[in-house]
Amino acid sequence: MSSSSLPLDPPRPLIPLPGGQGLRGILWQAVLVIALLLLGWSIYHNMQANMAARGLQFGFGFLGRSAGIPIGESIIPYTPADTYQRALTVGLLNTLRVAVLGILLCTILGVLLGIARLSSNPLLRGLVGAYIEVIRNTPLVLQLVFWHAIVLQLPSVRQALNPLPGVYLSQRGVKLPVFVADQALFACLAGFALGLLLWLVLAWRERARQRLSGERRSTLLPGLLLTAGLPVLAAAIFGAPRWDWPQLAGFNFEGGVTLSPEFFALLLGLVLYTAAFVAEIVRAGIQAVPKGQWEAARALGLPRGRIMRLVILPQALRVIIPPLTSQYLNLTKNSSLAVVIGYPDLVSVSNTSINQTGQAVEVILIFMTVYLLISLFTSLLMNLYNRAVALKER
Amino acid sequence: MAAAPALPGLAARLRAFVAACFAGPVNTLITLGCLGLLALFLPPFVNWALIEATWSGTAATCRAGNGACWAFVREKFWFSIFGLYPFEERWRPATMLVILVAMVVASTIRRFWNRWLLLAWAVAAPAMWILMQGGLFGLPYVQTRLWGGLAITGIIAVFGLALGYPLSILLALGRRSSLPLLRWFCTALIECIRGVPLISLLFMAAIMVPLFLPQGVTVDRLIRVLFAYTLFTAAYMAEVVRGGLQAIPRGQYEAADSLGLTYWQKMRLIILPQALTITIPAQVNTFIGLFKDTTLVVVIGVFDFFTTLRAALGDPNWLGFPTEAYVYAATVYFVLCFAMSRYSLALERRFRAGQR
Repeated sequence: MSSSSLPLDPPRPLIPLPGGQGLRGILWQAVLVIALLLLGWSIYHNMQANMAARGLQFGFGFLGRSAGIPIGESIIPYTPADTYQRALTVGLLNTLRVAVLGILLCTILGVLLGIARLSSNPLLRGLVGAYIEVIRNTPLVLQLVFWHAIVLQLPSVRQALNPLPGVYLSQRGVKLPVFVADQALFACLAGFALGLLLWLVLAWRERARQRLSGERRSTLLPGLLLTAGLPVLAAAIFGAPRWDWPQLAGFNFEGGVTLSPEFFALLLGLVLYTAAFVAEIVRAGIQAVPKGQWEAARALGLPRGRIMRLVILPQALRVIIPPLTSQYLNLTKNSSLAVVIGYPDLVSVSNTSINQTGQAVEVILIFMTVYLLISLFTSLLMNLYNRAVALKER
Repeated sequence: MAAAPALPGLAARLRAFVAACFAGPVNTLITLGCLGLLALFLPPFVNWALIEATWSGTAATCRAGNGACWAFVREKFWFSIFGLYPFEERWRPATMLVILVAMVVASTIRRFWNRWLLLAWAVAAPAMWILMQGGLFGLPYVQTRLWGGLAITGIIAVFGLALGYPLSILLALGRRSSLPLLRWFCTALIECIRGVPLISLLFMAAIMVPLFLPQGVTVDRLIRVLFAYTLFTAAYMAEVVRGGLQAIPRGQYEAADSLGLTYWQKMRLIILPQALTITIPAQVNTFIGLFKDTTLVVVIGVFDFFTTLRAALGDPNWLGFPTEAYVYAATVYFVLCFAMSRYSLALERRFRAGQR
């Protein structure tokens, strides 16, 4: 592509190399590599000297020492006598807990809001629009501390709000009823999973039938019967699963599951914030499907629900998936703001560990690597899914 | 707009709105549901924020009332703008903010988009810094530790963008370079920065960077924070610029090559002017996100607008008004970000009109 025959010749590479790269290119890259090596060496050298001056040594040995960090909530058993490694694992699990729940809930809320944004009702459209603008144009940290302040201003345990039966809101967080994890519950869940599996097999067989004969029978009724019937059957054999219902006893609740004020504020803030972005993505995705597709599907006589499911959604998903992935990653990264309201996530525990051990470089390296891995893993999964729904061109 | 003869009048539009709200049973149901929600939340809020609110007085007056305590915001207003900056010197951040607003307003006007604007920024940015820091021209020196409030939010946003933008163009060009090592380096840098939360970069700047410097060398903490924020800005902007570079048709690159332009001539004269112009709306949108992220400096104790307000909450004379402070802060950020997003929409519309 170079223009060596023109009189206005640019300074030509001294030795032409295959691939059109001159010596200058090699030279620049060599300079880059040498500069990076020098930078890396001087950083390492300075770090050794600085750490030695503070009586520290670079290394991950401190991970095995007892942490002495009190952590308010944990999925796995944890006491302050446990090691730093364990404490950081607890932090990571707390991050993953809020991220996974947040992604699930923000998807549900975001899709609902995105569809509401396209409603033919101008009042609903306007309200959802106002919500989205307010949320998207204020910083997330601000929203998190706002929700945290609101949760802390809730009434005390004895006057807890009770918006739904079994759900209590108080200063100490949220109480929810849960199923007791026993044989009966597992039997019901297994029944449900089996029903779902059979439904899938049924649907697959019907699709094969349709390809051969062109006929199509709905699998909705037998599918629903299977997924509802098998758990009922399991309940009849093993007994019905029992609820663990929160009850006010003295000055606190007994039973049920507790969401701490910090966890609840963080989850609420992240979900409400990310859902506004998801809603815009969903709206844009649905609007990106040309109007002709609706009209063509309607001309074929398809009912509205099936137009959505068979014609519009598969096309909209192609537009929606890539930006949705980056929103999921944003939510996961934003969960690190937990440190501001005191939820013991990975960054928060890391911060305490740094203050106690002084091993700043190692701890920061650990949590940055973890976030990078989460990011890479999520984009990998979403890319696989994206490939499945992407346009198949011959 | 409403006066234009082609558009229906306000009354007609209102009538159409109401008619659409009650078109069919489903719509009526949705409308009633929305009205119910509004009735549930709006009156208590209006009551709290306006009717029963306390507008002036002390904390005791506020506690006597039932509504919001705007007297608190009034008391802390100037503190939220200037933070702990010495009282007699407050005219300096004030002047700095005036210059900042004037420059931003000038930059939104398309007629001024030329090299003189760049030059003006190149002069204004150091001038703003000198004005804040002092130590020159007879201005008393003020430590960066004492800078705070909206002034420092402005400083972080402006310097992050001013330094990060050129860097982002270099990164984007590097990521599309034909030199493999350079390309890998730029790609890795961009992806690593985008893959971790901003607050981990801030922690790095606050805790790790001092360890990386030679012994005896210290860099001001605000400068380290700006360094982290600049890298973050550059990585996110680089992806926007890369989108622009990819959107320019191949023919443009080839035409520039066939004219015998060097790589830098080609980029400076042909490719970048187009790539940057078509991505301006996306750049503004990215910048809104980055501007909101300036609040994250709270984690390392830089007193930006939000952190200053949070510090004001600890005033023993005014305990217990967090909601008011947060509503005030949210309003300020909302006004700024909303204005930017409307501006970006207007630009987008104009570009689309230009293409037709």
